[in-house]
Amino acid sequence: MSPGLHLFISLDLPAMLTGTLAMVACGLLGNFLVLRRMSLLGDAVSHAVLPGLVAGFLITGSRATLPMFLGAAAAGVITVVLIEAIRRLGRMEPGAAMAVVFSTLFALGVLLIQQAHAEGVDLDPDCVLNGQLEAVFWSPPPDWGGVLRAALTGGLPRELLTLAGTALVAGAFVAMFFKELRVVSFDPALATSLGIRAGAMHFALMVLVAAAVVASFEAVGSILVIAALVCPPATARLLTDRLGTQIWLSLGLSIAAGMIGYLLAITAPSWLGGASSLSAAGMITVVSGGLLGLAIIAAPQHGILAKRLRHARTAVTVAREDLLSTLYRLEESAGHHGLAAEKALLALGGGRTARKAVAQARSRAEVAHRGDLLVLTDRGRDRAQALVRAHRLWESFLVGELGLAADHVHPRAEMLKHITDPSMAARLKVGPASGKLDPHGRPIPE
Amino acid sequence: MQDRITSITDTSAQWPSAGEVWRTLTLQAGYNTGIVVLAAALLGIAAGTIGAFALLRKRSMMADALAHCTLPGIALAFLMATWLGGQGRGLPVLLLGASVTGVLGVVVVQAIVRHTRLREDAAIGSVLSVFFGAGVVLLSVIQNLRTGGQGGLNHFIYGQTAAMQESDAWLMAAAAMAAAAVVALFFKEFRVVCFDDRFAASIGVRVWWMDLLMMSLVVVATVIGLQAVGLILIVAMLVIPAAAARFWTERLGPLVVLAGVIGGLSGYLGASASALLPRMPAGAVIVLTAGVLFLASLLLAPSRGVLAAGARHIRVRVRIASDHFLRAMYEHLETAGAAAGNGPAGAISLRAVAADRRWSRPGASLLTWWMERRGLIRRHDGTASLTPRGLDEAARVTRNHRLWEEFLVRYAHLAASHVDRSADLVEHALSRKIVDELEESLLAKGRMPGPGRPPRSVHPIGGPRS
Repeated sequence: MSPGLHLFISLDLPAMLTGTLAMVACGLLGNFLVLRRMSLLGDAVSHAVLPGLVAGFLITGSRATLPMFLGAAAAGVITVVLIEAIRRLGRMEPGAAMAVVFSTLFALGVLLIQQAHAEGVDLDPDCVLNGQLEAVFWSPPPDWGGVLRAALTGGLPRELLTLAGTALVAGAFVAMFFKELRVVSFDPALATSLGIRAGAMHFALMVLVAAAVVASFEAVGSILVIAALVCPPATARLLTDRLGTQIWLSLGLSIAAGMIGYLLAITAPSWLGGASSLSAAGMITVVSGGLLGLAIIAAPQHGILAKRLRHARTAVTVAREDLLSTLYRLEESAGHHGLAAEKALLALGGGRTARKAVAQARSRAEVAHRGDLLVLTDRGRDRAQALVRAHRLWESFLVGELGLAADHVHPRAEMLKHITDPSMAARLKVGPASGKLDPHGRPIPE
Repeated sequence: MQDRITSITDTSAQWPSAGEVWRTLTLQAGYNTGIVVLAAALLGIAAGTIGAFALLRKRSMMADALAHCTLPGIALAFLMATWLGGQGRGLPVLLLGASVTGVLGVVVVQAIVRHTRLREDAAIGSVLSVFFGAGVVLLSVIQNLRTGGQGGLNHFIYGQTAAMQESDAWLMAAAAMAAAAVVALFFKEFRVVCFDDRFAASIGVRVWWMDLLMMSLVVVATVIGLQAVGLILIVAMLVIPAAAARFWTERLGPLVVLAGVIGGLSGYLGASASALLPRMPAGAVIVLTAGVLFLASLLLAPSRGVLAAGARHIRVRVRIASDHFLRAMYEHLETAGAAAGNGPAGAISLRAVAADRRWSRPGASLLTWWMERRGLIRRHDGTASLTPRGLDEAARVTRNHRLWEEFLVRYAHLAASHVDRSADLVEHALSRKIVDELEESLLAKGRMPGPGRPPRSVHPIGGPRS
């Protein structure tokens, strides 16, 4: 094994895996927080566990993991209970109740840290936020067999093992109670009627979130914890409509953000010319945010670009259909075969949409240029006929069936014609109002 | 210094003398301490006043996001100032950077809510953590720079009150004045936007602008609070005073003033305590003081407070139990009296009444003790008899109950065997006027024995109730 690889396995690999496992443990549970609109509860809990962490430490006087873990988990559960109690007793909105509870508890934690400091105990408040991902390392013997032996005999870093266990428990919980969690998340009332105890489910989820937050806390800090709870699930939510898919996606996104973020943090300084590395926890957070930003902009169904594109396409279709029906009406009123291209663009409102609409009509061979004029092709005339027919059928329906005034129905029929398919047109035709002429006395084309 | 801590209380702090306390509280404990206490109090006033609107507009967590989003701005401002060759530590530059990214964070949250299917909670959570994470990364970049002077940037996270100078006190005074002025100028608009934004829009108030103005005030409070309490706890200065004040009043004017007072008091007391006691970080102590004031308000406020609500609840339950007890006695006496050929009188066994109602023994004895104190009944070992006043009261309660049963049977067409429980629930809330009306209409139909006396029951009396 080369020294470089050995260095990677002892230093970077454990830290990267620890960060990634923190992302995974929190991300899996975060799916249900995001769905239930309780993302901020994770935020509140991650701040509020601080006094529990310090108290567990102060009471036992040791830096062993278990007492601190228990203290923090207790603080997490107390936070959830307190928020709920203050929300109900004080009739406050949940956001305000959270802000009150977590900020007060966090302040208590900061105070306790200062008190502990005086006793010669070093708990750095900055570690609480940023974590100590860089401090996660081990030193296996520099050959593959030695690495394997050390890994199998439990020589792995404590943080890594804790988080692996937490991620496993979170994964098992989600897998075992997937059905229940799904119903509870989407419809708590239905869950209750099905005999699922929504309250118990909620409580179990909260305890696990608190546990995941605490387990991740020491290694990656509270800020990454919040990002891990919210960002991958929110990103996945933009990419799919199915909960199962969403959970798998969030798992993949968590892993990707953890790995890419860590690698960026250790490689970026060399581009900047610096010596030491950047904050890995911060970088993982930024990468998970970047992935979310990417999904917000470019998600296939729910992204902003996709929405814009759908909108623009609809606008072009509408303009093209307007062009066809305008040309048809001109032919109908005799003599006017075709329309000057500039006039046509003007009639469609001008701009890019109008130009695209004309181009689309041409590429579909619905209109053709004859000299300066745009004229309908046979194919275009068929389509235009169907549109004008839909328009006039709607006018007849609106006047004959709904009793609207004849001089008020044109704009409505104009909108409705774009969404009328042949089967709808056929049904409109069947009504008693159906005649040969529309309310304005023009023939309804067959 | 000890090697091992034995307990959480073992901090062996030195308590200050009364003289020191007095000097600190009257701003005479040295120039620096005085400045810090004064500035903290002013900050509390400004943040409390502004926070009242943030709370009512349900923007508490948004304010939290804003505060976290200031970190990358501070770091960026430092980097840019350093690159431009200036001294990066210049406070105005850093605070400007903080405002820019703070506002940017809020804009991004609102854009996410508007343009995607994500809800506000997910938007706030992700923006808050990602911006803060970016700030942490930038801070680590700055640490790599080795240009010097970057040591103090971390203090914006937790605040460092001791570093405050006279200019900071002036800054906070200016901010408090500005907040007060804006609130006074736009009070009417803010009020209508906070309580009903659609109505506000319909009467021509520009809701968007008012929201922007309120948010700008939150930005101001956040940015000037960064130094004192730090960006994680500044949300407490905004939200807690207003949330505490909300318990004491239902009116906006008093709420805003009270929030300012509670905020100012927290800053004043917290900064003083921090100055007097060792190892008490001012930001945390100020927030904890506000937390204590909140807890006191939650418990003690006269109408919305938990204790008052609890007392009301207990009073109502005791009255209902007492009503039920009186009626149970009346019905017992009625059946016994009817058998003996005379009216309701005499003593009955408490155990029988308690069994009817399925009351626990201690509960029943507590109730009868209270009723005896009220002069409704007299107890003699195991039995009770009604006093004249108790008899009147029992007759009235029974009358209410049966009138209501009559009403349910006659007008709501319920079966006579089903009305007892629903009448139980409603009878306590009947006003005298409604009872009189009921009685008149039933009298007119000839369904009453006579005015003031309970009608006959519509169902057989006695036996345990479920």
